[in-house]
Amino acid sequence: MAARDQHGPQAPWRGEFRVLTKPQRKVDGAAKATGEALFTDDLALPGMLYARTLRSPHAHARIRSIDTQAARALDGVHGVITGADLPQSYGVIPWTQDETALATDRVRFVGDEVAAVAAVDERTAEAACALIEVDFEVLPARLTPEEALANPEPAIHHNERRPGNISKHVKLEFGDVDGAAAQAAQVVEGDFSFHGTTHAAIEPHCALARPDADGRLTLWSATQITHYLHRALALVLGLAPEKIRVIQPCLGGAFGGKSDPFSLEFCAAKLALITGRPVKLLWTREEVFYAHRGRHPMQMHYRTSSDGEGHLTGVDARLLIDGGAYSSFGLVTTYYSGQLLTGPYDFPSYRFDATRVFTNKPPCGPKRGHGSVQPRFAFEVQLDELAERLQLDPIELRRRNLLGENTTTVNGQRITSNGFARCLDEVERASGWRERRGRLPRGHGLGVAGSMYISGTNYPVYPNDMPQGGVQLKLDRSGLVTLFTGANDIGQGSSTVLAGIVAEELGVEPEAVRVVAADTDLCPVDLGAYSSRVTFMVGNAAIDGARKLRRQVLAALAQEWEVAEEEILLAGGRAGLFNGDRDLPMREAFVLAETRFETLGATGSYNTPTLGGDYRGGTIGASPAYSFTAHVVEVRVDCETGVIRCEKVWIAHDCGRALNPVLVAGQMEGSAYMGIAEALFEHHTINSRGLHAGPSLLDYPLATSVDTPELAALIVESIDPEGPYGAKEAGEGPLHPSLPALANAVHDALGLRLRELPFTPGRVLRALRSQAEAGS
Amino acid sequence: MLRLPPFELLRPSSLEEARSLLVEHGPGARPLAGGTDLLVNLKLGSTEAQTLVSLAAIPELCGIREEAGELVIGAMTPLAQVAASEVVRSRIPVLAQAASVVASPQLRAMGTLGGNLLLDTRCQWINQSHFWRAALGFCLKKDGSKCHVVEKGKRCVAAASNDTAPALLVLGARLVVLGAQERSMPLAELYSSDGAQHLTLAADELLVEVRVPLPEQSARSTQHSAYGKLRRRASIDFPLLGLAANLELDESKTVRAASLAAVALSAQPLSLPKVAAALLGVETSGAQLERAIVAAGALAQRRLKPLDNIPGDAWWRREMVPVLLGRTLRAALSDTGPVNGDPQ
Ligand SMILES: Cc1cc2nc3c(=O)[nH]c(=O)nc-3n(C[C@H](O)[C@H](O)[C@H](O)COP(=O)(O)OP(=O)(O)OC[C@H]3O[C@@H](n4cnc5c(N)ncnc54)[C@H](O)[C@@H]3O)c2cc1C
Ligand code: SF4
Repeated sequence: MAARDQHGPQAPWRGEFRVLTKPQRKVDGAAKATGEALFTDDLALPGMLYARTLRSPHAHARIRSIDTQAARALDGVHGVITGADLPQSYGVIPWTQDETALATDRVRFVGDEVAAVAAVDERTAEAACALIEVDFEVLPARLTPEEALANPEPAIHHNERRPGNISKHVKLEFGDVDGAAAQAAQVVEGDFSFHGTTHAAIEPHCALARPDADGRLTLWSATQITHYLHRALALVLGLAPEKIRVIQPCLGGAFGGKSDPFSLEFCAAKLALITGRPVKLLWTREEVFYAHRGRHPMQMHYRTSSDGEGHLTGVDARLLIDGGAYSSFGLVTTYYSGQLLTGPYDFPSYRFDATRVFTNKPPCGPKRGHGSVQPRFAFEVQLDELAERLQLDPIELRRRNLLGENTTTVNGQRITSNGFARCLDEVERASGWRERRGRLPRGHGLGVAGSMYISGTNYPVYPNDMPQGGVQLKLDRSGLVTLFTGANDIGQGSSTVLAGIVAEELGVEPEAVRVVAADTDLCPVDLGAYSSRVTFMVGNAAIDGARKLRRQVLAALAQEWEVAEEEILLAGGRAGLFNGDRDLPMREAFVLAETRFETLGATGSYNTPTLGGDYRGGTIGASPAYSFTAHVVEVRVDCETGVIRCEKVWIAHDCGRALNPVLVAGQMEGSAYMGIAEALFEHHTINSRGLHAGPSLLDYPLATSVDTPELAALIVESIDPEGPYGAKEAGEGPLHPSLPALANAVHDALGLRLRELPFTPGRVLRALRSQAEAGS
Repeated sequence: MLRLPPFELLRPSSLEEARSLLVEHGPGARPLAGGTDLLVNLKLGSTEAQTLVSLAAIPELCGIREEAGELVIGAMTPLAQVAASEVVRSRIPVLAQAASVVASPQLRAMGTLGGNLLLDTRCQWINQSHFWRAALGFCLKKDGSKCHVVEKGKRCVAAASNDTAPALLVLGARLVVLGAQERSMPLAELYSSDGAQHLTLAADELLVEVRVPLPEQSARSTQHSAYGKLRRRASIDFPLLGLAANLELDESKTVRAASLAAVALSAQPLSLPKVAAALLGVETSGAQLERAIVAAGALAQRRLKPLDNIPGDAWWRREMVPVLLGRTLRAALSDTGPVNGDPQ
């Protein structure tokens, strides 16, 4: 199958890159800088109505009845819907479809959606919401996983197969973990916890739906996965997919928080169908906090065994995952919490036992580094403890356990390229580790951690054998090449990378490539921006498509010039020969091709090879290539206040080949920024009343520019055999080591082991006090 | 989007006109300065108003001038201007420092000194949307009957959170207020201990200006002041604790006068005369100083009891009282303020 063709990591024109591997401007950079770029909320249509949502004030309640009469009677109101209008349940994972656009009989957290109103303006819609009378029977709310497990009734979701508020349980064992622990020279064991954080993308979710006269529906939405949204809309609205068009306008950040289909998309669509007018629904910042789908709180118990030289012999993990009120991607999260730990270190035995539990809180989901940031924190801190016990340099301990390349992990994942050893070298060198670590004054320290992450997964969320990524290309006598792709550019720059690939292959300037993305009517299917899959998968699809067109252009030129195709070079917008003879503007080359082959177009696709372990769940976490990262973090801790200041992070990341080094460095810096902020500041908390403790950007403390450490991005290129020109992911992997490296740096600074996130000053101060007491 | 509720906006061009508009529109009318507190509270529904009387077009409310040994700062003077003012920085640095650590650059450009002194009290149960507060069942500061900070409490203990208030308290500032007549009062008298009704200003009274006595500069005495602010992030955040110190030293570097004030505790910014008294007569050049700082810190910790009103770890805030006090005093004596909680 063409989709599984290997293109090889070499540059297309005799091994020299002319566009890629060099810094390139983002295709939408100027439009964003000037304000010309249109985000969903910038769109306005004639006759447009505005919708608002009525939400549950209770963390858990049964709905006895809803009376919408007064709301409907209000002047300016055009449509009111409740759960009865959209009863079809959905969920991004086909096996756990436990959400409805509006509550049908039950609300499960404060902020759960109950009804929606479309009116002439937002204020009227808001006023109408206030007129809707809901008769709730309040049920006991379970705000922690322990509480939810201890009180199976009333269940948050009724599920015969998984009673007791359990959302998902996964237990997998590879090798003899208990035997390894029994025979180990060293066993380190302990509890860790992650608190829960959210994405807080700058652009709030927004959807605009337009009913078309011919019975079609167009939905513009701030989504990062147009394709899954398209499917969910068809399901919930009961419309044939070909009648629905989903378009993602310019997007103001997502980080995983716009991966699920959301209530507002269904409500805007339904209200548009009912009223016959365009309907826009924009969430407030507070509502974005309720939509959440952020990083799961986890309580983690780890036991790591090694021999006397620090070679790991076994890892044993137990995880309790607080899922919030719905499944979302939780099935995948539960697998990822164990499946993604098995590199960059080699260990012969591994067990994880992970349980995701429903609670009456906003649902958790995928956030940058999905499922694996929390376990990585625990494990990398434990490795530091092991190094301490063995009196080994923590980098040396990690070197003794390198997984290496072209190998298989204990849970059956295929590893191809692996630049982790070089990542360790880079951060060691750049941070002055050997001279400084362990030698800095009290309060000042360095810490290291490593990680590995997927470049897409070979598991599409609904099983099928169609391509995972696709592009369509057209070129013509104008000289312009247009690339159509379902891939979502969410600010990470995927359209820029794809334009670069096409420009490289066809020898045009990047400006001569136009990318049309994320429009389901126009673009071939792509599975969207998640699991760091776009550069790898759609990049390969773009090479696939562009090479087909390149063959036609070359054939036309070879015939015209009477030379062999191999002698021709397309570069910089001109066609010529490698020996310097001949020179034609590309537009004229395209004219020759269009004359000879008639209208020019090509498709390209990518599918993963068969991957993964041969056991249930063995494909989850299987990726065609893995990225690797190492961080060294430098901290200064104020011993009187407990305030940790992160001074600097050195980030070495193996991204395969850096197709656009500026974008890669940006992702590395952004990831480390986010990881450090999660460790020090951010906390998505639900208080004892079931209310979000502070659903605003004042109370949810993102790090400001003055709180941000100095970030040094050190790109490591391992050149992957299957990635597009050898590229792998860069958008999520570089987040993981930030948290444990910071914790390990605090240990270097103070001899304190912090195992509970976030590292608030109060927590650090308490630990310092206990340390002083223990010492005196 | 969270929208502002509708209101009428009036733009008087003189103080007298503003006053009569307030009288005419009654208690549903409110003065609008920079709006960085008022508009937020209107959006949240924790404050209601039908009419806003903008003070932006009244020239005499804005500016800084010296007059008979006093510095007179108009109520509408933006915080950024207060922080940057050469006289403020050199003569009463504690005020420049406090103004410089309010919120963020954008908010300091909009926010005014008057608005800062009149800032509403803050609490994790009140600075929330109407939806949120309704889900909670409201509280006695607005729309409800219970306090969620002090169980069975009959009085709101939301925290005064304005950084410039303690600075102006230690400087002995007075306010000029325009009601039926113009009156002048010490700043301390502006505040009451009820967080739901924390100002003694009547609804139709306007704050006109702040008058700060300028310390005498002489060979025999020097003035040293500083502001210390505890916050999680190095920008934007309201104080978790704010401390202002103003010390007068004689020629032998002995403390001749001292005043201290704190904010972010309960409804009022607090003057701390008893704590300050522990510093009197202390020779700041000698070993006595550190002992005095420890003693003052212990006294302050007994006096100041951060509550669970504003978000954050109240235990930590309590533990920080002596630490922040020590740092603020040292910063005052070395003229190196403000202290903003960065690691030392
Ligand atoms: C994100 C954020 C962070 C913040 N951080 C801080 C902080 O760290 N420290 C801090 O102190 N503040 C902070 N603030 C609050 C605010 O920005 C400042 O206190 C500012 O100084 C308020 O001034 P203003 O001119 O905007 O007041 P406004 O909002 O216009 O007014 C505040 C109140 O005073 C009344 N008023 C104003 N002027 C007069 C007058 N002349 N006569 C009578 N009544 C008047 C108004 O009616 C209103 O009740 C923050 C605000 C935000 C939104
Ligand atoms: S202190 Fe009590 S009454 Fe005042 S705002 Fe907070 S909860 Fe409400």
